[in-house]
Amino acid sequence: MVATNNKPNKYKVVGTRPIRHDGADKVTGRAKYAGDLPSTNILFGKILRSPHAHAVIKSIDTSAAEKLDGVKAAVTAKDLPETIFGPNGERPKTSGDLATDLKRLRDGILASEKITFKGQAIAGIVATTAHQAEEAAKHIKVEYEVLDAVTDVKAAMAENAPILHEDLEMVEFDEPTGKKGTNIAEHFQHKAGDVEKGFAESDIIIEREFDTATVHQGYIEPHNCTVQWRDDGRIHIWNSCQGPFQIRDATAEILDVKATDVKLTPLEIGGGFGGKFEPYGEPIAALLSKKAGNKPVKISMTRAEEFECTGPTPGSYIKVKMGCTKEGKLIAGTAYLAYEAGGFPGSPVSAAAECVFAPYDIPNFIVDGYDVVVNKPKTAAYRAPGATNAEFASETIVDEMAERLGIDPIEFRMKNATAEGLRKVDGTKYSSIGCKEVLEATKNHPHYSAPLDGANKGRGVSIGYWMNAGLQSAVNIAVNGDGTINLTEGSPDIGGSRTGIAMQAAEILGISAEDVYPSVVDTDSIGFTFGTGGSRTTFATGWAAIEAAKDVKTQMIERAALIWGEDSSSITMEDGIIKSSSNKDLQFTFKELAAELNDTGGPITGRGAVDPKGVGAAFGSLIVDTHVDPETGKVTVERVTSIQDVGTAIHPSYVEGQMQGGTAQGIGWALNEEYFMNTSGVMTNSTFLDYRVPTALDLPMIDTQIVEVPNPGHPLGVRGVGEVNIVPPPAAIANAIYRSVGVRMQQLPMHPGAIVETIKNNKGS
Amino acid sequence: MTTNTKTHVTTTINGESVEFLCEPRQSLLECLRDILNLTGAKEGCNDGNCGACTVELDGRIVDSCLVFGVEAQGKQINTIEGVATPQGLHPIQQAFLENAALQCGICTPGFIVATKSLLENEPNPSETRIRTWLAGNLCRCTGYDKIVKAVVAAAKQMGG
Repeated sequence: MVATNNKPNKYKVVGTRPIRHDGADKVTGRAKYAGDLPSTNILFGKILRSPHAHAVIKSIDTSAAEKLDGVKAAVTAKDLPETIFGPNGERPKTSGDLATDLKRLRDGILASEKITFKGQAIAGIVATTAHQAEEAAKHIKVEYEVLDAVTDVKAAMAENAPILHEDLEMVEFDEPTGKKGTNIAEHFQHKAGDVEKGFAESDIIIEREFDTATVHQGYIEPHNCTVQWRDDGRIHIWNSCQGPFQIRDATAEILDVKATDVKLTPLEIGGGFGGKFEPYGEPIAALLSKKAGNKPVKISMTRAEEFECTGPTPGSYIKVKMGCTKEGKLIAGTAYLAYEAGGFPGSPVSAAAECVFAPYDIPNFIVDGYDVVVNKPKTAAYRAPGATNAEFASETIVDEMAERLGIDPIEFRMKNATAEGLRKVDGTKYSSIGCKEVLEATKNHPHYSAPLDGANKGRGVSIGYWMNAGLQSAVNIAVNGDGTINLTEGSPDIGGSRTGIAMQAAEILGISAEDVYPSVVDTDSIGFTFGTGGSRTTFATGWAAIEAAKDVKTQMIERAALIWGEDSSSITMEDGIIKSSSNKDLQFTFKELAAELNDTGGPITGRGAVDPKGVGAAFGSLIVDTHVDPETGKVTVERVTSIQDVGTAIHPSYVEGQMQGGTAQGIGWALNEEYFMNTSGVMTNSTFLDYRVPTALDLPMIDTQIVEVPNPGHPLGVRGVGEVNIVPPPAAIANAIYRSVGVRMQQLPMHPGAIVETIKNNKGS
Repeated sequence: MTTNTKTHVTTTINGESVEFLCEPRQSLLECLRDILNLTGAKEGCNDGNCGACTVELDGRIVDSCLVFGVEAQGKQINTIEGVATPQGLHPIQQAFLENAALQCGICTPGFIVATKSLLENEPNPSETRIRTWLAGNLCRCTGYDKIVKAVVAAAKQMGG
């Protein structure tokens, strides 16, 4: 264990950098991801998907395909059980909490009548080999009535747009409106003060429109699952997912079985970034398994299926207007946020609304959000979902205001920065936050004042906000006779979280991180744990580990009391030493007492189950230097520094890793990444290199500065990391591009063609 | 009756002579993973874009998803499973751990195989050279910063 923090550390384990427990498995290729399960004595499923983005299914005929060599069975939506819906077709209240009703969830698994995006699943087929299944899927005959597709949010909101769901009733201000024949699933509004008066009193008003493209999480491991519906009725799922309990419960609902009928074993996961919370192949593989004699069925997605059929994050149209006084005080703002939900309702526009003005104290504002269905894949979560689009808009306007007033852009933000006790757009108050601390750290960072030499170079900054999540987690601890502990938890580990969780238990028990062995276990073996996402895992599952460790500690003290014949109130346990205050000869190390447990009353296990409310919101910033070639529009990112208030950094290396990874994804979003849709609603760049995620050659080193404003809502001060760092890059890069070549970009991605075009238009005006 | 005629392939994997039967259409990646249960090489894209399936074939790194299994006949293949020795982890593997150069870990075997090939031929590469060499391996978690640092640290450890 190497402590590399220079500051004095009040903790023994927290803040150090132990080697992760799963490290050796992952550098030797021996770690088991879901696709690595043995491929013998199983069957292989393939999903037939719609070639059309918008169509009515007239008929499906699987009979020819089922006669082919090696084919065992086929399923369509008709094989899904008739499930009882609520009075309005809504899902029963469950722990799954997916943002769609059950009918739409089922239609997303296997379409029953209508196709609303290209690649929507229509049928599943299973065969002895994967190649046979792939061939057989081509022989399933489907008749379609093809309809006009609409893939752009503005077009989808226009009069006479093709309507995706005739039964979709628009909700406005939380109330059903009775209005059908629209693609707008929901309109909501946040409002405070008198925005007209605010603008009337403003000395500078800037209003801009922004268009952002659909982008994908781009995790390297495609979704895959192996499912066995056994003859005793139990369904066992082995898969790659972020939310084992959410997918277990959704699968149980879709298949109309009990939660105890489904066991989900999450294997190691090859990235998710929000994209692996939803069931896709699991219910289909289960049905195929049942039809094919209860054998395990494996379904793996191709990379093209990943882009076309899983949930990207929305494209959007955003209009933001902000007003400030000549002294640089923001006093008015309006935001119009229209987000593409994809083929079914449920975009992250509500989160976008919470984020768009979040870093600032603006007394008068109106924020309107629209959730709009379009003929694109149903969106899913992606790292601070909704925030990046929205804050790209507001943070470039803020930069322009600062420039017009001749105020340093950080100074301008400091003048308006929000703080503890001030209200958010939804009316709730901020608890302890590090907005000002992040801005100060940004201003004081050597990068911010470093010389910038050469033509067509510029430096941009931006701050980003994300609310983070709490939600439920459970942890169990078993004490071994040699003083080590086994810790079991239900949070799939995407970036070293099991070690961060183990470290928190170790801190409480006064033992080393190496003496804790953490395991991510199946849904039969641990209490409900919400998925790995929302920057919540180290915060909430870490807290459950703290509670489990405290439970162990209490029992260890009681056991020592029993052994010594002392009252437990006179016994303490600090730094792994259990001792009596009444008799200094009475002392156990953790290991010594652990060795006594089995013969003095039996083993000790601890449990922790939490639903924490003390979520600490995150602020992060980025300083970025760009060079822009005005002839070609190519942007080179020459230097970046990512700064975030993380509360307490449990394992600084993996905190930095999250900051760097989020920054890299934000840079890709800013400059390259985009779904190219043709007029039929078909994505034309569904490979990694055509979609163009950043390679090692596209990025510089990514410097980080961790700011630690402890979160009073967590026993060790953790806020959580992972998401907020994706937010600042598009705006910071746009601001740097402005300082490089003098144009304000209002679209994502800011690809070379767009920059050249903007420069050209700018000269003409 | 099946129409798939399987081909007998004799090859060398991580120094051991190996024989297997495969369909002519099966990629080397499929053969390694599904027939030989060497699952360290991963499938991320199956079209040569991501490098998660990187293995060494007669001294050159290749995307094993773009090589047919039958092409392994008579060749020398080195995979991630052969990088560590009974004496312990390879310095590159150790450097990846110490530098926290992995998050989800799915791309890590490919990066390590590619890095080994680089450092065995160029003991002291520049940052630009490292980035160029590894541009065929995509990592979506780390932003590559800690990977580049790990490669530099490994080069140093290996005497570069």
